[in-house]
Amino acid sequence: MIGLEHYLTVSAALFVVGIFGLFLNRKNIIILLMSLELILLAVNINFVAFSSYSGDLVGQIFTLFVLTVAAAEAAIGLAILVCFFRNRGTIEVEDVNVMKG
Amino acid sequence: MTGDFDVIRPEVYLALYAILALLVGVFTIKDRATPILLWLTAAVMALMAWWIGTRSGTDVAFAGLFVDDGFSRFAKILILAAGAVTLLLSGDYLTRSGTLRFEYPILVALSVLGMMVMVSASDLIVLYMGLELQALAAYVLTSIRRDSVRSTEAGLKFFVLGALSSGLLLYGASLTYGYAGTTSFAGVVQATQDGASLGLIFGLVFVVAGLAFKISAAPFHMWTPDVYEGAPTPVTTFLATASKVAAIGLLARVVHDAFGLVAGDWQQIVAFLSLVSMFVGSIAAIGQTNIKRLMAYSSISHMGFALMGLASATAFGVQAMLIYMAIYVAMNLGTFAFILSMERNGQPVTDIRSLNMYSRREPLRAFALLLLMFSMAGVPPLLGFFAKLEVLRAAVGGGIVWLAIAGMVASAISAFFYLRLVYFMYFGEEKDVLDSRMGGVQWTVLMVSAAAMLLGVINLFGMEPLAAAAAATLVN
Repeated sequence: MIGLEHYLTVSAALFVVGIFGLFLNRKNIIILLMSLELILLAVNINFVAFSSYSGDLVGQIFTLFVLTVAAAEAAIGLAILVCFFRNRGTIEVEDVNVMKG
Repeated sequence: MTGDFDVIRPEVYLALYAILALLVGVFTIKDRATPILLWLTAAVMALMAWWIGTRSGTDVAFAGLFVDDGFSRFAKILILAAGAVTLLLSGDYLTRSGTLRFEYPILVALSVLGMMVMVSASDLIVLYMGLELQALAAYVLTSIRRDSVRSTEAGLKFFVLGALSSGLLLYGASLTYGYAGTTSFAGVVQATQDGASLGLIFGLVFVVAGLAFKISAAPFHMWTPDVYEGAPTPVTTFLATASKVAAIGLLARVVHDAFGLVAGDWQQIVAFLSLVSMFVGSIAAIGQTNIKRLMAYSSISHMGFALMGLASATAFGVQAMLIYMAIYVAMNLGTFAFILSMERNGQPVTDIRSLNMYSRREPLRAFALLLLMFSMAGVPPLLGFFAKLEVLRAAVGGGIVWLAIAGMVASAISAFFYLRLVYFMYFGEEKDVLDSRMGGVQWTVLMVSAAAMLLGVINLFGMEPLAAAAAATLVN
């Protein structure tokens, strides 16, 4: 029987993979965007699991909001990335270094 | 339903205004009438601030999703005022750098709208929607100079780290929802009647970490210097004032409204953030030569002080935090008005060494900046001193004396780099002089803000009872 804790474990694992993808990735900014998406999907799994476990619909409504906002966020992120590529000619993570920080 | 609509009327009108302005902008005027749109948006925001000031009472709308109380009104007026002044300051700079697009005032209006929703949220969903509206508009604003490597790089960094912080916050929200069984703050309070479960504590930690990113509290501050440096200066002004007020207002709302019964659990986290921010901000600012990076570290350290008020977990602490934020906004608007006017041969400069012997050429402006710098450092007769005094008193009253003592040490360290700017202006070597041109609005804002630092000491402009009333609606 698959219970709530299984879903939470999967979601926690995805969340950690997403975080590590952000910080350990030294290659491509597109991979950063994919990691961000992974984090949001981990959150969605959490919401849906809790929602169906407790028989409360609000969690699933929250998931719809998160999905919508994630789409808007990806659109804006890609737009900024395109502008950056036009100016810099590269999307390597190592080349995002005009300002040190 | 009419009642619900009445409560959110300011937000609805601002949203309608932004949508209408966007339609008019796209279909008819394009960039030609942007200066008018800039002033119009500023006027709308100022009017809205005045209107919100005339409202009273505590109203809850949409079955507890949205609350309009004294605390949210105080924060909203501050946000709207900061947004309006930022818009007025922007016109001159953006025209000269050729980036005055009609989207700019509209994006600022939308971001301000998101901030107003943030400070009024009393449910995790509303919190998230407001936060994202504010953040998405801010990412675009940061990279609004599409042809500049710095601006787009700043936008990219801001986007990646901002989205990460939203992810952390959402993960916390999902845990809070799971273990409290509801997303409403009132429901979370119910669920913490006899202490918070481990799941709720995890949720709380993630939510606070996500919000700490937004207010750029150390150790979540790494994006701040780069974004402040790379963003066009008017946008930096906006990020340093309005969005800080909104984020810290939201943090105060979450910890007091939702987790008010388990103050002991979040108090340590906020105190830790406050301590680290004060020291990281003050120490890292010492080596900076770019004035925008310097202001970034200065804002990190100021956020540390504001968080000290919050960490005391009392109504007086929230009051001190609100007063601190109001004074911080006033000081920063004045300082950025000056930074916006720093030019050499028509090109913006940000190197602090270009201020050498500024006092000989422009004694009045140099003196105004001196007042602002002394006030930021917390030198006694000025307004900034009273801001720091309030939060220190709150910390002592809340029983965290060690934090108050650490705050005094950090304040002494931070005085060094503020005074170094003053040293450059009055005793430096004269070379590579700045242009003496300064826009009328910028001059006015600089002088008014500097004068406020002197005149405000009489009664803090009557802010104290207002902040006390606002804090009382949040903490009970």
